Amino acid sequence: MTDTVTDPALEVAPGEPILEIRNLSISFFTRTREIPAVMDFSATVRAGEALGLVGESGCGKSTVALGVMQDLGVNGRITGGSIKFRGEELTTMSPARLREIRGRDIAMIYQEPMASLNPALKIDRQLMEVPMIHEGISAEEARARALEVVRDVRLPDPERILDSYPHQLSGGQQQRIVIAMALMSKPALLILDEPTTALDVTVEAAVIDLVRELGEKYGTSMLFISHNLGLVLETCDRICVMYSGEAVERGRIGEVFDEMRHPYTQALFRAIPLPGADKATRPLIAIPGNFPLPDERPPGCNFGPRCDYFQEGRCDAQPIPMVEVPGDGHEARCIRTEEIDWDAPPEVSDHRESTEIGEVVLKVDGLQKYYQVSRPGLLGGGEAQVVKANETLSFEAHESETLAIVGESGCGKSTLAKVLMGLETATAGGVELDGRAVGDVPIEKRDTRTVADVQMVFQNPFDTLNPSMTVGRQIIRALEIFGVGDSPRDRKRRMLELLDLVKLPREFATRMPRQLSGGQKQRVGIARAFAGGARIVVADEPVSALDVSVQAAVTDLLMEIQREQKTTLLFISHDLSIVRYLADRVMVMYLGHVVEIGTAREVFSPPYHPYTEALLSAVPIADTHVEKKHIVLEGDVPSAMNPPSGCPFQTRCRWKSRVPGDLCEREVPPMVEFAPGHKVKCHLSQEEFASMEPVITLAEN
Amino acid sequence: MIRFLLSRLLTLLVTAFALTFIVFFLTNLEPSLEKIAKSEIGTRVSDAEVESWLDRNGYGEPMLVRYGEWLGVVPGWTHTVDGEVVAGRCELPGGTVETSAFCGILQGDWGWSTVFRRDVAEIIGRSLALTGKLMFWVMMVMVPGALILGVLAGMREGSKLDRSLSTVSILTTATPEYVSGVVFIAVFASTAVGLRWFNGSATSAMEDATFENFTLPVLTIALYGMGYIARMTRASMTEVMTAQYIRTARLKGVSFPKIVLRHALRNALIAPFTVIMLQFPWLLNGVVIVETLFNYKGFGWTLVQAAGNNDIELLLGVSVVSVVVVLLTQLISDIGYVYLNPRIRVS
Repeated sequence: MTDTVTDPALEVAPGEPILEIRNLSISFFTRTREIPAVMDFSATVRAGEALGLVGESGCGKSTVALGVMQDLGVNGRITGGSIKFRGEELTTMSPARLREIRGRDIAMIYQEPMASLNPALKIDRQLMEVPMIHEGISAEEARARALEVVRDVRLPDPERILDSYPHQLSGGQQQRIVIAMALMSKPALLILDEPTTALDVTVEAAVIDLVRELGEKYGTSMLFISHNLGLVLETCDRICVMYSGEAVERGRIGEVFDEMRHPYTQALFRAIPLPGADKATRPLIAIPGNFPLPDERPPGCNFGPRCDYFQEGRCDAQPIPMVEVPGDGHEARCIRTEEIDWDAPPEVSDHRESTEIGEVVLKVDGLQKYYQVSRPGLLGGGEAQVVKANETLSFEAHESETLAIVGESGCGKSTLAKVLMGLETATAGGVELDGRAVGDVPIEKRDTRTVADVQMVFQNPFDTLNPSMTVGRQIIRALEIFGVGDSPRDRKRRMLELLDLVKLPREFATRMPRQLSGGQKQRVGIARAFAGGARIVVADEPVSALDVSVQAAVTDLLMEIQREQKTTLLFISHDLSIVRYLADRVMVMYLGHVVEIGTAREVFSPPYHPYTEALLSAVPIADTHVEKKHIVLEGDVPSAMNPPSGCPFQTRCRWKSRVPGDLCEREVPPMVEFAPGHKVKCHLSQEEFASMEPVITLAEN
Repeated sequence: MIRFLLSRLLTLLVTAFALTFIVFFLTNLEPSLEKIAKSEIGTRVSDAEVESWLDRNGYGEPMLVRYGEWLGVVPGWTHTVDGEVVAGRCELPGGTVETSAFCGILQGDWGWSTVFRRDVAEIIGRSLALTGKLMFWVMMVMVPGALILGVLAGMREGSKLDRSLSTVSILTTATPEYVSGVVFIAVFASTAVGLRWFNGSATSAMEDATFENFTLPVLTIALYGMGYIARMTRASMTEVMTAQYIRTARLKGVSFPKIVLRHALRNALIAPFTVIMLQFPWLLNGVVIVETLFNYKGFGWTLVQAAGNNDIELLLGVSVVSVVVVLLTQLISDIGYVYLNPRIRVS
């Protein structure tokens, strides 16, 4: 890399603060009032260090980042405090000086790579712009630099990539380009705002790996914003937990993870599924209540109303200051840090019986779904292509069983859900529901019973409720369609019972969806799915759009209803932590194939399918005691239009060399049965399987 | 690409065919024909005389046959007196009439205008050239003006500049041509206000367009379309300016003028481009009013004359040209759209 032009006086020695935020307050102003988004926030990023900023959506973490960049929009304003970058005050800086710093000294990596790249400009122009503005170098030099950086972010065929438009790249490649753009002028500080939320787990793992490595190579300091505690643990040195506009706890990452001193941090860790959690013996503990809206914050401690250790008259009496607790710069915004017994195990309200698994409800045999697509374009027709979304899927699901379907985007799990629902019909193979064939019956030809029997809970509760119908009306509508109840009065009674079932107050019947929070909307979605006494509920990532503190409650609710109604739950997810927590059996899919199926215990321990192994390694785990084997998958998932020959996973498999000859490239492997019900689709020999080590080990303590 | 062009060409032919048939049908209704006959031989004639005139001039045959003649798939009519051909559709220069010859639009013969007593092709050619001149200057004023207005208004949503420019664009687009034209003439070309900067008639502009005689017609059409395009551009620009990639550019340290020119402009122009191309056929309305108002003998003026006098073949010719103009601009619009928007470019 060519040397960046930097003022030597501005160089900061390692360990010195590069970014210092002191008592920062940011508000957004509407016509009528001021809405405080960040209050009294302090943080320090030292040279060469990575600071993680975690919290749920709406806690103000992104606002802090935009505050540092001085890009708060027309309505946002810094109302107090200071932000110093290398000793220079950012809040009062002139726009010209600010422009010099942006992109050259502080660079940002964003959440959605596709939206962050200009769709009408080629990649090279977007990259070259950065050094051309800041260092005034020629276009040729800038292009050479761009080529180098694109190589640094490990993109294949850099010349071709530079010459493409953003939409021609995959999501992972786009994010690498955004990273490359941020590194073009070797910034001193990198702000990463949820850089991997839009990406698949294995891609996420590779991107995080890259960020960490490049941070070390260039000595860049990082401000890493995420809601994912596991990711922060893997990337950061220090952490700052935010809640409702305030920093509630900060310190070294190990100390905060192992000796948290704020009730919110503790509650957060108890609400996420870590290895060892189990739905029967060690269930997740949801944080009661909801996140306060910025204009409805309680007096005193913001977390007070949801806190187990709340004391009236103390916690709500005065603003709570940051209190120092033992450790290296460890602080918490709680006045009871010394009174609370932090090591006391959580109270588990009730031990739940795990239910008996019953008869086979759903039997899928050799299911195949191909789509004919013709590329629309100026040409009009274009040749027809076949998307092989599902290839010979065979599995069974039993009564009151949770079968998790795991895989990355494009693996065919959503297509499978559509075929089960009747939104698509199978190309070949059969689907049997209680002995009735339903695979080639589209939903409009299914009888009421079948429609009510197979229901779905959707990923995004914000889009799946009709915005102009009351909650009660929507549930009654479902009851009408399923033919439940004889009279309107009867259905209304049933609707109120359903609200009770999903633990929503009965007054909600008359509310509009916009008055509900995300978790409450998802509960309405669940009530609707169970309205007709469904036999099978397909839950397509039901909690991934929700905040961590709400996820546990919704997951729990789903499990509880399942237990009572003996429903079969097909739980589609890419989040292996939650799958390990609640699934009885797991089915791993890749490019339309089932590559492994078995009980949760079997799938999560060796022998693995090589893809399962990589997937397990990719999932970030927020537990300092966990040791993970490091496996990074190179490249992207191949296109389902043009799948590789032989084994679908052979292009990215790290075990491929252990299989003699070119067997992997020639033949689709057979399903090898290890234990009754545990099958793996792989050519590896028994000895190789036996030599596999567990990916995740829990260190004893 | 070729398939696309072919399909567009086919649409064009079918549309032209359908439209001319409708026009032909309406202009050949009994009363319409009677009107032609009376305008040719005088109003005080008996029904029998009208009948025989129509027969002699080839209007006597069934309508479909005559439509076929116009198309050029049925031999042209002839009228014989005592075994000698005295009149017919296919008249050669010099007055001789060919028998059983095809001379319709397919042979390149556009027919004869009864109003102007000339070949339709000649009239349309001349009037199109005149309207083309008018449209060229309208576009030269309207498009850059509208885009500048829209971009300036949209780059900082809600600013004073935005609000004042938006008011101007709403005002211009809410004023139809027959109002603005009359107002302009009153203010700038009459003694009413006394400015007398410009000419109230554009007749002299047909020969030699100058600033004095051409400004008012051009401005009248341009202002009407300008406000509309400016509103579209503004909407598109404000949307683009809030896009994440604009934030990316801002946080890269790109200066505001460069953000607007390099990052926002091209993306913001995708939507208005289609609108601008749609303006072409739409402006034909304005051309009809403005050309009549300013007495400029272009396409619109010709159309009014042809329609007012039931000039069948001239009207048909005008219809064909209109269809071609409309569909051709749509084709250009589609191709240009693909050029601006790389996401739908054919690899």
